[in-house]
Amino acid sequence: MPAEPQRLGTEALADDAAPTGFAGSRAEDFPRLMVQVQAGDTSAYRYLLAAVLPLLRSLARRGLWRPEDAEDAVQEILLTLHRVRHTYDPDRPFLPWLFAIARRRIIDRQRQAGRSHRRETEFTAEHETFLSVATNSSAMEFDLGALQDAINALTPAERRALELLKLKELSLKEAAAISGMSVASLKVAAHRAVKRLRALLGPQGGAP
Amino acid sequence: MSETSKIVDDLVAELTPVRCLAPPALRATLWLAGAAVLGTAIALTIGHPAALGQRLASPAFAVEISATLLTGIAAVFAAFFLSVPDRPRLWALLPIVPLVVWLASSGSQCWHNLMVFGPSGASKDADHACLVFIVAVGVPLTLSLLIVLRRAAPLEPVQTALLAALGAGALGAFILQFFHPFDVTFLDLGFHLAGVGLLLVIAALLASFHTRIGRSP
Repeated sequence: MPAEPQRLGTEALADDAAPTGFAGSRAEDFPRLMVQVQAGDTSAYRYLLAAVLPLLRSLARRGLWRPEDAEDAVQEILLTLHRVRHTYDPDRPFLPWLFAIARRRIIDRQRQAGRSHRRETEFTAEHETFLSVATNSSAMEFDLGALQDAINALTPAERRALELLKLKELSLKEAAAISGMSVASLKVAAHRAVKRLRALLGPQGGAP
Repeated sequence: MSETSKIVDDLVAELTPVRCLAPPALRATLWLAGAAVLGTAIALTIGHPAALGQRLASPAFAVEISATLLTGIAAVFAAFFLSVPDRPRLWALLPIVPLVVWLASSGSQCWHNLMVFGPSGASKDADHACLVFIVAVGVPLTLSLLIVLRRAAPLEPVQTALLAALGAGALGAFILQFFHPFDVTFLDLGFHLAGVGLLLVIAALLASFHTRIGRSP
């Protein structure tokens, strides 16, 4: 590493940017960096955080099964490190200090995750379907020809009422103003249209 | 940008210079020195040091009072060591030996009194003043310790607070001996233990409340 730590962008925080094997070659530089951090040196701080992040991630992923829990733990470790940075004694090694904090936060996260996993069950694809076979068929499988035939069987007034009230979701007043039909006749036409479609497409009708 | 990278950026932006915390042994010594000055002042102004001097001639009493003092010192040291992240958690066991000696020697004296004076000896001069004294001296000591320990980063706040309370309670019981011109009876011992127990409960509640509102590291 350079004698004067360079300012590193956030791209240095990505996993692949982490130098390999630095625990051996760079661990002895951490106490010096940490002294600079305690003195308020932001570039040393960015460099140090970038260097320890992959270590913290691997530690968290070993202790936490879900990747999002592990990342939450890493973030909590970083926040704790920031809050208690004055407790680091420069005469002592840095990594045991960091790992003591990390272990504590990972255990906290394990407890939290354990609690929420006991209370909550995640949805899977199976939970999002219904018992009826027909409801699980996708739109592509739907018989478009049957739908077209059913719509063609409607009168023009019924088709218009259906389009304005059900597809465009206009109010009765707005639909009446656009179509020139009265509110009462719109209501009747829409009701009849739905009834006829249901008869044509429903279980008694042609389509499933 | 990922959330973690954003946190790193925020932390870097918020960085301010901090003063490095002194080693726990030094901080514990300084706190104990302060407590010693206070204890000496109380003992010399309103205590009975002469009566204590006479009682010290008894080896059993000398063992008991030394164990009380050692329990207090050991518990305070353990609390300070536990309040920084990288010290071994085994420090928490430091006060156990003097604590056992203190309780055993106190208990054996009670037993001795019971044998010599009979059941009437058990309640001789016993009153709740001991309990009041230990709590009255122990609460300010515990609070001042907790405030000093908060400056550090107790990762196990409740355990640290319990050690602080044990230290303060034992030191309170030690100072009490300057006002206690007679041997400890069973009832006295009960009151002493109740006083220390009360401090432990107060400290544990304070620490867990502190943790629950998210103020501890």
